[in-house]
Amino acid sequence: MAMGTVHPSIAVLERHLTLYRRLWRASVFSSFVLPVLFVVSIGIGVGGYIGSVQGVDYLSWIVPGVVASTAFQMAVGESTYSVLGDFKWVRAYHAMRATPVRPNDIVTGHLLYLLFRVTTAVLAFLIVVLLFGALHSPWTVAVPLVCALLTVAAAAPVMAFAASIESDSHFALLFRFVVIPSSLFSGVFFPVEQLPALVRPVAYVSPLWHAVELCRSATLGVAPPWPVAAHVGCLLLWAVAGTVLAAYRFRRRLED
Amino acid sequence: MLTTLAARRSGRITRAGISPARVGAVIGRNVGALRSGPSYWVVLVSGFFEPLLYLLSIGVGVGALVGDLTVGGRTMSYAAFVAPAMLAVSAMSGALAETTFNVFFKIKYAKTYEAVLATPVRPMEIAFGELAWATVRGSLYTGIFLGVMVALGLASVGGALAAFPATVLVSLAFGAVGLAISTLMRGWQDFDLLTTGQFALFLFSGTFSPVHNYPAWMEVLIQVTPLYHAVELVRGLCLGTYELGLVGHAAYLIAMVTAGLWFAARRMERLLCR
Amino acid sequence: MIFARDLVKRFGDFTAVKGIDVEVAPGEAFGFLGPNGAGKSSTMRMISCVSAPTSGELRILGMDPVRDGTKIRARLGVCPQLDNLDPDLSVRENLTTYARYFGLSRAEGRRRADELLEFVQLSDRAGSMVEPLSGGMKRRLTIARAMINEPDIVLLDEPTTGLDPQARHLLWERLFRLKQRGTTLVLTTHYMDEAEQLCDRLVVMDGGKIVAEGSPRSLIETYSTAEVVELRFPDGLDFNADYAAKLGGIGERVDPLPDRVLLYADDGDAAVAEVQRRGLVPSSVLVRRSTLEDVFLHLTGRTLVD
Repeated sequence: MAMGTVHPSIAVLERHLTLYRRLWRASVFSSFVLPVLFVVSIGIGVGGYIGSVQGVDYLSWIVPGVVASTAFQMAVGESTYSVLGDFKWVRAYHAMRATPVRPNDIVTGHLLYLLFRVTTAVLAFLIVVLLFGALHSPWTVAVPLVCALLTVAAAAPVMAFAASIESDSHFALLFRFVVIPSSLFSGVFFPVEQLPALVRPVAYVSPLWHAVELCRSATLGVAPPWPVAAHVGCLLLWAVAGTVLAAYRFRRRLED
Repeated sequence: MLTTLAARRSGRITRAGISPARVGAVIGRNVGALRSGPSYWVVLVSGFFEPLLYLLSIGVGVGALVGDLTVGGRTMSYAAFVAPAMLAVSAMSGALAETTFNVFFKIKYAKTYEAVLATPVRPMEIAFGELAWATVRGSLYTGIFLGVMVALGLASVGGALAAFPATVLVSLAFGAVGLAISTLMRGWQDFDLLTTGQFALFLFSGTFSPVHNYPAWMEVLIQVTPLYHAVELVRGLCLGTYELGLVGHAAYLIAMVTAGLWFAARRMERLLCR
Repeated sequence: MIFARDLVKRFGDFTAVKGIDVEVAPGEAFGFLGPNGAGKSSTMRMISCVSAPTSGELRILGMDPVRDGTKIRARLGVCPQLDNLDPDLSVRENLTTYARYFGLSRAEGRRRADELLEFVQLSDRAGSMVEPLSGGMKRRLTIARAMINEPDIVLLDEPTTGLDPQARHLLWERLFRLKQRGTTLVLTTHYMDEAEQLCDRLVVMDGGKIVAEGSPRSLIETYSTAEVVELRFPDGLDFNADYAAKLGGIGERVDPLPDRVLLYADDGDAAVAEVQRRGLVPSSVLVRRSTLEDVFLHLTGRTLVD
């Protein structure tokens, strides 16, 4: 047997990429065209009525938020139906389980795939908004890294969730009560300081808020509200705890 | 074997007429599905929160950055400008969700209709049944939403009462078009396109800023698309700016209902009665 | 290849496998025969290192499935009861993707995929999607996939359940070739003809236990007679027990079933002559060779597939 020429999690990544080769055209819209439209509508349309926020024009202020929120929604979106489907309908994970691929490798392979998807979308988006003149600092190069960290922080717990449920109707609730509120109230469109003091801590817990602030400080070249280490720490906490939990839930579900 | 034959024959006999009872049976199936599990209920009811959250985030949150807005000589808070648009969007997405995603699932995977069509129920009746259900669902959302608007002082009671029938019309229009679209779907990846289209409408139909702010060519383009008419109709009634244009917007929506239903019934006949 | 002693699998209060002993030798085609719920699939899942035994000893290829699961799985080929092919990949991609899970190089994966597609007679469908394939084609593809790592043991969980007769025969023929190549086959089935066709040796399972073990021929010889006469009576649905009483003493054994009466005898024709001599007039008479179905009926008092 010719063993060990490829790591099992890379083999899992390759499966996702093979599948993606058939679907990428449709995904270009949702992962790239939509955020650009968003920037045009809100940033330019609504921004026309807004003077400046925290000292910069509204478009420049909102762009880093939209980048992070795109990464967030993509990471979550790609970890819901497709993960449950591979457990329940396609049973691809069961097929993998019959090979030397371990549950850890399945989780890692999926996360690697998401990193690829998010990073390509973020880079494309950054190039477009660069043309709009919305990037103001060379620190912008840190944005893809922040988004990569956010991807794991958001996707891993959702994968654990997807591995724990039986019906896909739970996802509609996840989107309505977690993903959309996060996107709307995590400082993407307006500063979280505007939120009632009671609600603000919820934004502080969200990984999206930390990523938004880090991205904004990078594209504008200013210091974030909390020390960088604190923001990164919160994201890391989500990422590590989420991955451990996901690996555990995957192992449990594939055992029976 | 005999029963299918018999069902087919009676189906052929009654093909011409549409029976309200059988339309009702299709609706009843949806209500039954509602009762079958708590999760669908929660999903259904929670659908209302989405536009409300947008209203709070964009209308109130971003509204605080915008301040007041002057449109057509009237000055209003940004939230009052955005709220009717969210209402129209809520009616649209409620109706579309029910008629595209769910109907497609029933056609392709659950084979619900094949079972239904083995009975005397005809495709046109399925179309009416689904549309009626989508409208009920959409109106449920908009009714609650109007209540919230009145409570927040974003609409008068009279405005809300005037706007409600308009939102029912919006539900009907998008529900009918959604049915037609669902018969054209090839697979789940097409839903990505649909969602994108829906989102683009959501962003540019005069929802967040008046359309005359856009370049002239974009303004014309927007005026061709359906959500623009829904937003303008609902906003006009909510704010009490009655003018002739509202009739035009309503006519556009009625045309959508007719065309959508006609197309959907034809396609369903072809898809399901092969 | 496989060694199990007093193997037990419990799910909560329910005991699916109640202490079984199994040994499978290299190159053997070994079968688990039994009705649904006999514990066959639970046993298979333990052997394929997916589910850990509750107690007892289990060694696969000389290794412990709990500790060395990954190493063992690298040398197993598994064909599950429910097809879990990737519907959004092509036929060939299903194989090449799977090859990578075993750490094979891309080139090697492609080479083996083409070879195996040839073997399961799907070469002309290599570029097609999985969805439009027939049930038999999907199953053949799953078997090809199970062989991509050139496994030492191929595990087949009800390989032909749900297939039409033609597809079954094609599949049996391919599995027989596999056996001729010296691959160890372990399969579960509730079809007698399948077990007789494919298995060198088998165990009959019922209620989580092994109730008999041996080659199909030896099981028939031990638990049944050479021939079986099936008698149907016009009013038999209500009176088969009465008829059985009247048939007492003919052959070795009489078994009334709801729809027919079975007469176990080494000489079927002689038994039929005796039936007629007693003045009984069955509406149909069938003399046939004994099968595993009869063995199972004798061992458990129930038919296997109804």
